[in-house]
Amino acid sequence: MSQMHHAALDQQQQQQQPGQYNQICTRTSSCGSPAPAEGSEPSSCPGHRSRTPRRKWQVFPGRNRFYCNGRIMMARQTGVFYLTLVLILLTSGLFFTFDGFTANKRSDTETSCPFLASNLTPAIPAVGGILFVFVMGMLFRASFSDPGVLPRATPDEAADLERQIDSAGCSRPPPRTREVLINGQTVKLKYCFTCKIFRPPRASHCSLCDNCVERFDHHCPWVGNCVGRRNYRFFYLFILSLSFLTIFIFAFVITHVILRSNRTGFLSALKDSPASVLEVVVCFFSVWSIVGLSGFHTYLISSNQTTNEDIKGSWSTKRGKDNYNPYSYGNILTNCCAALCGPLPPSLIDRRGLIQCDTPHTVSQSNGTSSSYASTQLRSHMCDQDQCIQSTKFVLQAAATPLLHSDPVVLAPLPGKTATLGGPCAYLAPTQPSLPSCGGDVLTLRDAAVDSHCHHHLHHHHHHHHHHFVSPEETPCTTPQGALACPAHLHLHPQPHPPVPSPAALYDPASQDALHEDSVRGLVKLSSV
Amino acid sequence: MATEFHNLQELRHSASLVTKVFIQRDYSEGTVCRFQTKFPSELDNRIERTLLEETVKTLNSYYAEAEKIGGQSYLEGCLACATAYIIFLCMETRYEKVLRKISGYIQEQNEKIYAPRGLLITDPIERGMRVLEISLFEDRGSGGSSPSSSMSSGSSAR
Repeated sequence: MSQMHHAALDQQQQQQQPGQYNQICTRTSSCGSPAPAEGSEPSSCPGHRSRTPRRKWQVFPGRNRFYCNGRIMMARQTGVFYLTLVLILLTSGLFFTFDGFTANKRSDTETSCPFLASNLTPAIPAVGGILFVFVMGMLFRASFSDPGVLPRATPDEAADLERQIDSAGCSRPPPRTREVLINGQTVKLKYCFTCKIFRPPRASHCSLCDNCVERFDHHCPWVGNCVGRRNYRFFYLFILSLSFLTIFIFAFVITHVILRSNRTGFLSALKDSPASVLEVVVCFFSVWSIVGLSGFHTYLISSNQTTNEDIKGSWSTKRGKDNYNPYSYGNILTNCCAALCGPLPPSLIDRRGLIQCDTPHTVSQSNGTSSSYASTQLRSHMCDQDQCIQSTKFVLQAAATPLLHSDPVVLAPLPGKTATLGGPCAYLAPTQPSLPSCGGDVLTLRDAAVDSHCHHHLHHHHHHHHHHFVSPEETPCTTPQGALACPAHLHLHPQPHPPVPSPAALYDPASQDALHEDSVRGLVKLSSV
Repeated sequence: MATEFHNLQELRHSASLVTKVFIQRDYSEGTVCRFQTKFPSELDNRIERTLLEETVKTLNSYYAEAEKIGGQSYLEGCLACATAYIIFLCMETRYEKVLRKISGYIQEQNEKIYAPRGLLITDPIERGMRVLEISLFEDRGSGGSSPSSSMSSGSSAR
């Protein structure tokens, strides 16, 4: 019976082949690869299935917050950002209302009058308005955009790197740095344990956001985000324009108070416009800090350094006579232009892409792709911490076996429903945790699964942590249908139709075997960890 | 040992993934995106050196073009700044245009050169520009050798 299913699938496959390939191809190129990521909370439990395709931001492994369906990306702590917003809006609002705006009314005595516009020139609030809009625009751009986060390594890459590292040296521990010569200067590339990559030069791992960021400058709480390659220019323009705005408001509020006090005396002028006092106080303190910061960043830009490098003194001559910045273009103007007007690279994390089952070459549905599928699944789900979670779950599942059999297990799709591969597939790869990897376990499992020529249907859509795994995939080699029946997967099945009774009946003994095997494996894995 | 595949569909359809080879980034010229042109040993009997080197060199030149700091990028940057970056809502940046060209190039290379040899190149943008991933496929019929090769590579990692 499964043969029929397979045949039907194959047919389906072939019929849809050309279009499907293109569809897969475009999707992968536009949506990016499934980065190894995992949903932070398990939303699925037996009986619940999410049929809507999920977006990658929902399973992003870093500690970021996303809004507007992935369009806006910020750090976890945004309290200080709201403070920044409030300060700017309040001060500017007070300025425009009480000191600057509309040139219609003219009065000497009323406090809420737009003083400066009528007494000096309406250009003042106009320029102020432009500055304010620019400041807010740059603030939002700096806060909401991706600073240049490097996506974490896929399990295959991580395994490959581990292989290279381990084979490189026999000493323990193996060296986790690489040296590279850039423009005559030796730069050390460090291995990031969380992201499982060798960090590119100038990249750094932000502990607050738990991401590696390219050209990491610093994590700015005022902006509520990291400042890195993609949003440094927005950050710089924000602080530059904010310093102009602050100086502007400060200057004109002082002017306002002076003009008023010429007429009515100093103290009564202050009494007449209390808002001015608040504005002066806020601006006074802001000017020192913001103008100072702008000056500092102007220096950094002109020497093409990041805050991180400057603080560590990476390129200072104190470290060595021959120490120099290999990234600098030598010319202040070129450095400035490169930082501010250089090309803006696109985001590497593809927040709004849809999560798919996998990349094109491993996504084929026909019979023989079981091993590729298995390796794909494994590849995508190899995660150390999750291994442990899975192991525990297997043990628990084995214990709860009688309870699980009440649920029908249908994994073979009915032929008409194969449709797009991706379809309602909610593919999630586990997060890369910050624990040192027990990559060894992972590799054995992967190899074992590649060995097995079990047929599974693609409906091994793995929802987060629940189970997936190798072990279940190996065991059903013994089942007659050759289809995997892991009761753990049942709730993941995206098909809405009711289960076919006969396969379910046949699946039960197989699944029981599978569970028992799983629990054994789970225990073994737990003990090995 | 090299199996003949005639097109990408056949590759996807009847082949099984054996292993993946990763070509790492070359940082010798700074943070510019470049991939190493060193030929990976696993591909020794799968593809000619010159073909792969040609592909990598072309990709490197595309990336260099995308990240080039010159007249056009300055113009784009200044224009964008003047419009408070709103212009990027309507216009595509030069980098994005080049990335699209690169995807097209990779697809073409896959169809013409790599798929017939049982290989598939993944666009680096899908791997966060960290690596150039080349997947090795084996025809399922001759799949006997493949699991052992991956197993041996797996166990050596431990």
